[in-house]
Amino acid sequence: MASIEIRNLRKTFGKVVAVNEVSLSMTDGEFVALLGPSGCGKTTTLRMISGLEMPDSGSIHINGKDVTSLPPRSRDVAMVFQDYALYPHMTILDNIGYPLKVRGAPHNELKEQVTSVANNLQIGGLLARRPGQLSGGQQQRVAVARAVVHHAQVFLFDEPLSNLDAKLRLEARAFLKHLQREVGITAVYVTHDQAEAMALADKIVVMKDGSIMQAGTPLEIYRHPVNTFVASFIGNPPMNLLPCEINGGSIYVQTGDSPQAMSAAGLRLPAALAKGSQFTLGVRPEHIRVLTEPAADSIKGTLYVTQTLGGEALVIVRVGEQLITIRLFEDEAPPLPNEVYLSFDADHLFFFGPDGQVLR
Amino acid sequence: MKSPMQRILLTGFTVILAVFFVTPLLWFVFAPFNPQASLSVTIPQSPSLANFEEVLSNEMAMRGLLQNSVIIGIGTMVGTSLIAALAAYGISRGTLPGRKILTYVLILFSSVVSGTASMVPIFKLIYDLGLIDTHIGVILVMIGGSIPSAIFIMQDFVESVPRSYEEAAMVAGASPLQIFRDVTFPVMRPGVLVVGIWVLVGAWGSFLTPFILLRNIKLMPASVTFFLFYDLESGMPQIRLISAYAVLYTIPVLLLYLLINWRYGFRFFGGIKQ
Repeated sequence: MASIEIRNLRKTFGKVVAVNEVSLSMTDGEFVALLGPSGCGKTTTLRMISGLEMPDSGSIHINGKDVTSLPPRSRDVAMVFQDYALYPHMTILDNIGYPLKVRGAPHNELKEQVTSVANNLQIGGLLARRPGQLSGGQQQRVAVARAVVHHAQVFLFDEPLSNLDAKLRLEARAFLKHLQREVGITAVYVTHDQAEAMALADKIVVMKDGSIMQAGTPLEIYRHPVNTFVASFIGNPPMNLLPCEINGGSIYVQTGDSPQAMSAAGLRLPAALAKGSQFTLGVRPEHIRVLTEPAADSIKGTLYVTQTLGGEALVIVRVGEQLITIRLFEDEAPPLPNEVYLSFDADHLFFFGPDGQVLR
Repeated sequence: MKSPMQRILLTGFTVILAVFFVTPLLWFVFAPFNPQASLSVTIPQSPSLANFEEVLSNEMAMRGLLQNSVIIGIGTMVGTSLIAALAAYGISRGTLPGRKILTYVLILFSSVVSGTASMVPIFKLIYDLGLIDTHIGVILVMIGGSIPSAIFIMQDFVESVPRSYEEAAMVAGASPLQIFRDVTFPVMRPGVLVVGIWVLVGAWGSFLTPFILLRNIKLMPASVTFFLFYDLESGMPQIRLISAYAVLYTIPVLLLYLLINWRYGFRFFGGIKQ
């Protein structure tokens, strides 16, 4: 168990800045997810924590000790790779026991520890096999077992679930979360799947283009996204973002050639929103009501498509040139006329300035 | 559907082709056991092992087969495998710009300048190094000749080893030496084996290089000592002895092939079976 302190970390590959002045602190036993699209620098950050990449500048402290220039083996970290990196020529026993073997553990002690970890992860019966004879889910558990076995201070996960199919992924997600609670480890988890990050992490760090956009608990990030990028990245389906202008008591939604007016009465407008200014209105699919009659605070749209997902339904409406997604918690979307009116839940609106930053 | 005429022609052609290639093999099966063997294929009237007895009692021929060929073959195999494994690993994992081109340039040079054409400069080089009439000189020249293709084949094997294997070992706490010994080399082993056998067979069958670089008959490998079975006065080949010697000369290579095929199976350019 350990705390991790990252200060002003920077890494370039040629002219590409992969990680730009990233600072981050993780407390003992925290499960931190680095979340972002591919190429955002999350994996590079993880590899710098592991010691597989050396930063150009900045520092990394684990438990107060400066490890910035230490090789991986002196950092006491364990890592689970995206492709699991199980050695095809070794049995599962030797694979899991390898970190103990290189530390010179006697064979009977190694066998004992591996067996206990494997039993705990329900792969005890597979120890004599080779990785090629295992299913994807079993291989994933072996990779986790190899990381667990040598009691490292820090666990690093590099998209460990991305090679599993959807059902196994949900299983493995619950299993990892349970394991982390049980062992009480500090874990850094890289993923591009926001649902995975939300489900697993105590803290989510959203990254884009090598920089941290926002860091906080999953709920903080869901409820208070700091910019349009975070707002549209968290939540599934993503938040609807509408270009708007405020003038007098009305908001003009500018999704097409002719702006639609919508009463601003009853909305808690942020103080920073000056009269006559442009902004982006953000509203999550679950906070829109579909009406068949116009209201003062509604805008008009045409029904594009409805999708039944079982337990919930999506209604997609075209407003001007933009598609707006509405999520209904019903088994089936109700029959709707071609022309519908959308009303936004006043308590759950987000206002972003022209630079994409949230207005308060 | 082909017409009967077409099928007759096709079958006839195939038979002619088969006879053309099988006849020398038939000769190779019968001649060694025929005390009156000639260049024609004849089933021996009274088959005997007399030819083999005479060959086995020829001290120089047996020294060539059991000692010199083995030294040159193994030396070339070990040297080439070692250098090519390390070179392929470095080329594949290193960061030096232009390193991938290197292999192709080497291959190009080695195939444009054939061994025969470069024999005079090679002779001069080995002479100046004082390695004429030594096994080491022959081995060095053969290693030089096989290195480009060996690196090329090996590189394919190295590149099929995921980098994450080495990275996982690094994070697990292994030193560079442990990583090479426990992870990289075992995973590369099929490649090393393929290259090793290929080089050994090539060295075993090589005639020109040892013929030119060696003077002392006591040092010559079996590929050259065939000339011991030429009649000294008439200069005529003693076919019955040559055929028996050829059988002995072939056996080690055949056994090696069968052994490898049984143990690992030949998987050229296949990379690693997961």
